Amino acid sequence: MEWANAVVQGTLLGGLYALFAAGLSLIFGVMRLVNIAHGDLIVLAAYLGLTVVSVLGLHPLLALLVVVPVMALFGYVLQRVVLNRTLGDDLLPPLLVTFGLSVILQNGLLAIYTADPQKINAGPLETASVSVAGLSLGVLPLLTFCVAIAVIWGLQWVFYHTALGRAFRAVSDNQDIAQLMGLNRRHIFGLAMALALAVTALAGILLGIRTSFDPSIGGGRLIFGFEAVIIGGLGNLWGTLAGGVILGVAQTLGAKVDPGWQLLAGHITFLIILALRPNGLFPRISA
Amino acid sequence: MPETILEIKGLNAHYRDFQALYGVDMTVAAGEVLAIIGANGAGKTTLMRSISGLMANGAGQIRYRGNDISGLRADQVAATGIALVPEGRQLFRSLSVEENLIIGGQIGRKGPWNVQAVFKLFPILAERRAVPATSLSGGQQQMVAIGRALMANPDLILFDEISLGLAPIIIKDIYAALPGIIGEGMSALIVEQDITKALSVSNRLYCLQEGRVSLEGVSGAVSRAEISRAYFGME
Amino acid sequence: MTHTVTRSSNAARIAGGGAAAIVLTLIAAPWWAGSADLRLIGEICLYLALASLWNLMAGYAGLVSVGQQAYVGFGGYMLFALTISAGLSPLAAIGAAGVLGALIAVPTALLIFRLRGAYFAIGTWVIAEVFRLSFAQISSLGGGSGSSLPVSVVKSLAANKDGREAISYWLALGAAVLVVAAVYLFLRSRKGLALTAIRDNELAARSLGIDIWRAKFVVYVVTAALTSAVGALIFLQKLRISPDAAFSVNDWTAFMIFIVVIGGIGTIEGPIIGTLVFFALRETLADLGTAYLIILGFVAIVIMLKAPKGIWGLIRARFDLQLFPLGYRVVAPDPKKGV
Repeated sequence: MEWANAVVQGTLLGGLYALFAAGLSLIFGVMRLVNIAHGDLIVLAAYLGLTVVSVLGLHPLLALLVVVPVMALFGYVLQRVVLNRTLGDDLLPPLLVTFGLSVILQNGLLAIYTADPQKINAGPLETASVSVAGLSLGVLPLLTFCVAIAVIWGLQWVFYHTALGRAFRAVSDNQDIAQLMGLNRRHIFGLAMALALAVTALAGILLGIRTSFDPSIGGGRLIFGFEAVIIGGLGNLWGTLAGGVILGVAQTLGAKVDPGWQLLAGHITFLIILALRPNGLFPRISA
Repeated sequence: MPETILEIKGLNAHYRDFQALYGVDMTVAAGEVLAIIGANGAGKTTLMRSISGLMANGAGQIRYRGNDISGLRADQVAATGIALVPEGRQLFRSLSVEENLIIGGQIGRKGPWNVQAVFKLFPILAERRAVPATSLSGGQQQMVAIGRALMANPDLILFDEISLGLAPIIIKDIYAALPGIIGEGMSALIVEQDITKALSVSNRLYCLQEGRVSLEGVSGAVSRAEISRAYFGME
Repeated sequence: MTHTVTRSSNAARIAGGGAAAIVLTLIAAPWWAGSADLRLIGEICLYLALASLWNLMAGYAGLVSVGQQAYVGFGGYMLFALTISAGLSPLAAIGAAGVLGALIAVPTALLIFRLRGAYFAIGTWVIAEVFRLSFAQISSLGGGSGSSLPVSVVKSLAANKDGREAISYWLALGAAVLVVAAVYLFLRSRKGLALTAIRDNELAARSLGIDIWRAKFVVYVVTAALTSAVGALIFLQKLRISPDAAFSVNDWTAFMIFIVVIGGIGTIEGPIIGTLVFFALRETLADLGTAYLIILGFVAIVIMLKAPKGIWGLIRARFDLQLFPLGYRVVAPDPKKGV
């Protein structure tokens, strides 16, 4: 029963990891860019949520109404002013520029908020639980998992049933020809980044409610998102959810054996899958 | 005298250190169909890319309806009413046949062309509308590419080597459909290596040779000998 | 009258002479420099060695790693493990750390070479995390809080403090000279030429029969070995190791990236210039704390966007210089000299 409980907890944790990964996956899908600062942007969202809650006195979930648009706007500007200039055949510029961005974000947050661990206070939401089939499920993890499903469903819908999604797919297939269709690719990329950071904002707030955070944890979140994407397979958002769940379960089971083994269990699971199935479990494009 | 819709003066085009076009002059009148012929590497596709804005040009070298479009981005050029059927089709592989057509109309210009009209022109596409565009045969992909350009309801349509890689019978079918496509009022530039086909549908022709215009004439009036000389650059 | 083909140029010969003079002066440093200065020069040498190695991987082999701290820390821990448990002398331990680094790099490479581009980069980070978490589990090496180097081991380096300082310094200087020389000679060789071809155009290189996977594999393993050895040396000087210090992303990766980006990626001169600029900035700005790192980040971004070839790239474009001659030059016959 305890092991079943661990698996369930791990699955729900996977929802959060899938949210970490969704933004990463979207950006890679549209513009073949991997944002090293992605984890730090999740943390930035958490800090923004913290500030909005303390300044405006809103409930954290309501704070989303402020943080999500702000992060989306930031993403659009960041893409158009900085990241669009790095796109091209050379893989170094986007990597090194986003790495520099990561350092700036981490140290900027450190300067403003100090290294003290913080947490977004959501009151009863943090500890509430429901009883399902004899297991006790936390409301917050359950909510996070549902949000993950909703977000992935929403992103799939945007990609395959809207003009914007058509534009995303066209631009990622062939930038030049997409321009002949009247699509301004710099604008399209900006919108893609805005959408990705909106999802990232969700992830950040949910993270901030769930655990304590400080400016240095961005790298770890990036790695979890990355592992979820690779385990699940590139180009497949539902696969990313599966990847997140596998990672979450591996970590939770590892923690059950020994608390110090949580992270290691996740990484080793990732490496094993990388060794046996380099393209992930449900790939649509190859790495 | 029909108005000049496109005027190219002294167009130079470079790929990094390599110059592909040297001082090309060309005019296209409204409603005219122009053939552009030349060997591989003569600069035909470069010319198409320059006109459609995919390549940077010097100022003032390309005027469309009297406006200088040399400095415009490709998406801005598309909005003025110029559409390109690219060399090699270059359909969007993540989009279905129908989606490729829909996105062709993204630009939102008014005119007779819509998805239904394209399906009427190429009925085989209607049967395969939901299929990924690049899973079609070469000839069918060419139809989609043409349809995609038509969806923009352009005033000037550029065809870049539409017969490349297609079986002769398919080429015949597509060229048979061309007069119906170009219709009234639309101007067209047809880049071709197949001279016979190019001459059969065009009013006038230009021949490019190593980046320069080596011959200009009326399609029916130019002799094969003249064309050969201009094509291969022999004096 | 024929053209001649040479590898070198006047600038390179002058630079070579200058470099020899500088190295000789630096060898004599324990006699003319104070303790603090000696330590600083030693640190500069170690950073130069690490940066040159990172540059070899990223700038020449196209393997961008944000996980080299894995080997720095690994080398450090091997030093502690071998001197404490196996009783090796520090010098032998440094060498052994290098060999062990190579050994562990082989299966690591087999795993992460399945990833490409930026995903490869993050993969290297995962590896570093695995190393960090694993070493934190080993209680005999101090577990999560780390351990200090026993006095007996420290004393075995040299009897007195001055001797130890001099030897540590010479080891650092030696490491820098060795790494730069090794990278230079490697790039001059056929294997190095193959690597440059791969960097410039992989497809074309493959069509010439160059085994890309193998070339990158060799570079990865050799870099890992040398990085481990340097790591062992670093922690010999620090006298203390802990998982967080050993596998710090900031210290062993972020700084290396800044050095190489600012100096000029894909050149040998670049890391040298970058290291000097980095330390100049550090000595003047370090008081600013986090602002210093933010400034570094901004500088790296601006350079990557505006001058992607770094400072040396700007100099080279302006003056067509190559101090470490790698290419071949065709020298036209001097028309004045006659037949």
